[in-house]
Amino acid sequence: MSKHQLRFQINGETREVTIPAHRRLIDLIREDLALTGTKEGCSVGVCGACTVLIDGDPMSACIMPALFVDGTSVETIEGLAPDLEHLTPLQDAFIRHGGFQCGICTPGQIMAATALLEDNPQPTTDDVKRWMMGNLCRCTGYYKIVESILAAADVMAGKGDPGPAIQSGGLQGPGVIAAPGAQGSGR
Amino acid sequence: MREFDYHAPSTTAEALDLLQQYGEDGHAMAGGASLLLMMQQGLITAGHIIGLRGIQELQGISVLPNGGLEIRPLTTHRQAERSPEVRSYDPTLAENFSRVATIRIRNQGTVGGNLAHADPAQDPPPMLMALDGEAVIASKSGERTVPLDGFFRDFFETAVGDGELLTAIRLPPVQQGTKSTYIKFLPRTEDDYATVSVAATLRLGADNVCQDVRVALGSAGPVPLRAKKVEAAVRGQRLTPELINSAAELVRDEVDPISDVRGSANYKREMARVWVGRALRSLVDGSNGTR
Repeated sequence: MSKHQLRFQINGETREVTIPAHRRLIDLIREDLALTGTKEGCSVGVCGACTVLIDGDPMSACIMPALFVDGTSVETIEGLAPDLEHLTPLQDAFIRHGGFQCGICTPGQIMAATALLEDNPQPTTDDVKRWMMGNLCRCTGYYKIVESILAAADVMAGKGDPGPAIQSGGLQGPGVIAAPGAQGSGR
Repeated sequence: MREFDYHAPSTTAEALDLLQQYGEDGHAMAGGASLLLMMQQGLITAGHIIGLRGIQELQGISVLPNGGLEIRPLTTHRQAERSPEVRSYDPTLAENFSRVATIRIRNQGTVGGNLAHADPAQDPPPMLMALDGEAVIASKSGERTVPLDGFFRDFFETAVGDGELLTAIRLPPVQQGTKSTYIKFLPRTEDDYATVSVAATLRLGADNVCQDVRVALGSAGPVPLRAKKVEAAVRGQRLTPELINSAAELVRDEVDPISDVRGSANYKREMARVWVGRALRSLVDGSNGTR
């Protein structure tokens, strides 16, 4: 079993790790780097829960050899917002427009949609559906996800208002980001 | 997954040396999307993986001097769907690459890896066969070319032998007036494997007489396959709706589908007939893929 030293950026930070050749990227991210925002769903590249960006492109971390991120820049959900007061327009829109319920698919949804808006800042509904079709959600029925992404695109383009206010307690409110009393640690 | 050693050659020659050195215990890896799954499932248990990603000469797409196209195997599906060279060669081919799985898989999976994987439900093989593509296969003793019609041997088996590598996919120039289409029957979800898929190219002369035709199907047997009886019934004929219907009937005897969650073998045979008819009709109508 060969070991390999990798040097890459994760969420803007340069990291060096030594891994066995068969390590998957999802395990490197969740276990070695303790970034558990990226979720593992189907483990076969279908569901999109583990979507991360590699040099800006969405990829499935569960079927990606960790070896392949050597020299690249990886972005995970933890890299988007510096703190809870400064969410990206997309994260904000998912909260305001009910773009998630149980939340397990949400990091993947948001990473995929982040790449979409980078590639195509003013997508049509069809563009959103086509790009997002591999990110499965068993709660929302998808309408609210599409709505959230289109709303974020408008906000980013300086059009339209952000949408419904965030309910009681703002981002710390029950069932929104974290259970009452829990403090998000950022990473 | 069995632990393995990973080797990262930087030239095709080095990769071929490594493949020869490790023989049965070695396996080439391009994007890894399919291979990693097969290794996790224990279907491939190589102790030595020869990673091709660092080999520059296996990257990229070129227009050939004769007007054909060469796609080198490490090109990702995403690169192929966005390539101006692919789009100007045949917009239907670019569209075909864009319909593979999801954007994540298209970013990771490669055109060469897709062909070498030889899953009969994949999208590019029938399209590349309908465009009369060929595979360039290299070994330490030289290079040979194999028409893609003949490249696929069985489920997950190709003409690429031990100690060999797929090093290019070549497509001949498209004859003026040729139209192409790729359609797939997806009764479940857009990113699912097709129940049956049909790629076709057609060149019509005066009075809708067929000058040239190729029809290929995916998900219709152990390998992506050409519907040669259909082609023979169409070539040289005036393509009336009646002629297309009777030609499409012949595909039933050419396909060899398996029963699975996407339908029984009999149902898929019937759907092959229906979708071959649709593909040919759309090319005669000019409603699809006109160049």
